[in-house]
Amino acid sequence: MSSIPMIEQTAGKGAARAAQRGLGTRRRGAPGGTQRRPGFLTYGFLGAVLLGSVFPLWWSFLVGSHDSSVISKGVPLIPGGNFLANASTVLDSIPFWKALGNSIIVSTVTAASVVLFSTLAGFAFAKLRFRGSKGLLVFVIATMAVPTQLGVVPLFIVMAKLGWTGSLWAVIIPGVVTAFGVFWMTQYLRDALPDELIEAVRIDGASMIQAFWYVGLPAARPAAAMLALFTFVATWTNFFWPFIVLDPSNPTLPVALQLLQAAHFVDYSIVLAGAVLSTIPLLILFAVAGRQLVSGIMQGAVKG
Amino acid sequence: MAVTDRVQPPPPTTKQQTSRDKSVKRLAFSHKVPKWDVKLSPYLYISPFFLLFAVTGLFPLAYTAWVSLHSWNLIGGKGAFTGLENYEFVLAQPFFWNAVGNTFSIFLLSSVPQVVLAIAIAAVLDANLRARTFWRMGVLVPFVVAPVAVGLIFNNLFADQAGLFNEMLTGIGLDPVRWHSDSLASHAAIATMVNFRWTGYNALIFLAAMQAIPRDVYEAATIDGAGRLRQFFSVTVPMLRPTIIFVVITATIGGLQIFDEARVFDQAGLGGADRQWQTLTMYIWELGWGQRNFGRASAVAWLLFLIIVLIAMANFLITRRIATQGGRR
Repeated sequence: MSSIPMIEQTAGKGAARAAQRGLGTRRRGAPGGTQRRPGFLTYGFLGAVLLGSVFPLWWSFLVGSHDSSVISKGVPLIPGGNFLANASTVLDSIPFWKALGNSIIVSTVTAASVVLFSTLAGFAFAKLRFRGSKGLLVFVIATMAVPTQLGVVPLFIVMAKLGWTGSLWAVIIPGVVTAFGVFWMTQYLRDALPDELIEAVRIDGASMIQAFWYVGLPAARPAAAMLALFTFVATWTNFFWPFIVLDPSNPTLPVALQLLQAAHFVDYSIVLAGAVLSTIPLLILFAVAGRQLVSGIMQGAVKG
Repeated sequence: MAVTDRVQPPPPTTKQQTSRDKSVKRLAFSHKVPKWDVKLSPYLYISPFFLLFAVTGLFPLAYTAWVSLHSWNLIGGKGAFTGLENYEFVLAQPFFWNAVGNTFSIFLLSSVPQVVLAIAIAAVLDANLRARTFWRMGVLVPFVVAPVAVGLIFNNLFADQAGLFNEMLTGIGLDPVRWHSDSLASHAAIATMVNFRWTGYNALIFLAAMQAIPRDVYEAATIDGAGRLRQFFSVTVPMLRPTIIFVVITATIGGLQIFDEARVFDQAGLGGADRQWQTLTMYIWELGWGQRNFGRASAVAWLLFLIIVLIAMANFLITRRIATQGGRR
């Protein structure tokens, strides 16, 4: 992890060590205590799982690369040459570029604000002493179990009153800080940021917000990056609320995909070409940051 | 804490003068920081979450109850106070009970196989694999595919005519399944989509929990003569219990609100001609935005909220019972 030396510089060796402890891969043998390599059966099973994970996407590309006359006779297992033609039909039938831009805006803004506000709250919960902090943190955790999606009707009424229906703000605002984010950053900062360091900068005359900015935020960087990733993916794939509150003329990608289905329900080659197009951005993200997603899930499991 | 080695005591005599100068300066500086900063800042920093949760979480939920007691139209807005009329209406609708049944059916078909399969995959990933990062990333690929896209892809795979799954079934001499008209078959298809997206994710959670199990437990089991399979069922699975509970609770909260995959299972999006796969959230949408009746939609939302709370409480009680039993052993 390239950020470990950075933490060491900014937040001290202790923080770096704590961060490493959190991120480091635990090297250990198989449960039996032996170091033996697993056999053919294990790899066969994993291969089947991998096939199941990837095949639907491949299938989607297969269907999307032929035209409907070929598909009706059975989908060939070799990609056809019709993908670009189908893709251009997709671009003609839905506001694809607008949806892509909207998805990028909504996901980026949401991820940035979740990270900022969650780190701020996590810093307070993990490192600052204040009355009621324990109870408030328990409350934050408890809210994770509240199915807030069920408040859609009043949320819609409020957005309509504000005149925000159809605008991206209606999608961004309800997501700017999450209970999960606050909990995640609190857990991380508790270990990764030594109290002595905050005391030191406080003695140097730093205000609280300066302590947060110069010590808290740098120490939080690895966890913040993961939180940003997960928030980005979750916002990008979110459908229910954007579908309710956005107009067909100004959609996010999942909403646009649903429009595509409504327009071309008979022609799977076009619908699935659209599904492929809409998935490509996150597949690129996965190729770049999939490793971080994996270790993020695994760390969250141990701490949560 | 391991930070102490970072703080080096100043060398005894040589630089004493300069360090004293510094400390004097620091003290003078720290007086500039006002006391309210220390007292108020924490509350200020945590306030965004609480404000947002109050405005977009708590208030809408409470207000849902208020709306549900009125006749309330999407366009016309608030009408007369009608008491429990909306609830009476909704509870008398066959479509409501149909949606309750569908939601639970899809939920069970997705959560149970998913947890079992995820534990199995985790156990395999926990082996001393070559290229372990590759396999771990591989099972996570579906996580980045949006549920709507998953729905569209599987809608094609499960097509009644000439869909891949039906072709395979007829290929091995079985009858094709009417995925889009038979109720249970449609639930299985939608559950498959949910499982596709989440099994790998949950497998990684279980994998992390497995790696946290202390190794000496396994060593003791080996000495006692337990084979690998026996170790899995007698050591690994019991030690995973808290994680299993965590995964089941998260799956419950999300699973009972399922919408995306079922919505795109056909182009009309209402859950089939006879509402074979209409879930409760889809029913809320149909009442509120299809029929523009916010009062009735809110009544269903509030009922679903109660269902989720009841199940969460049941979960909690069962969990506690299991936890105390585990402690006694």
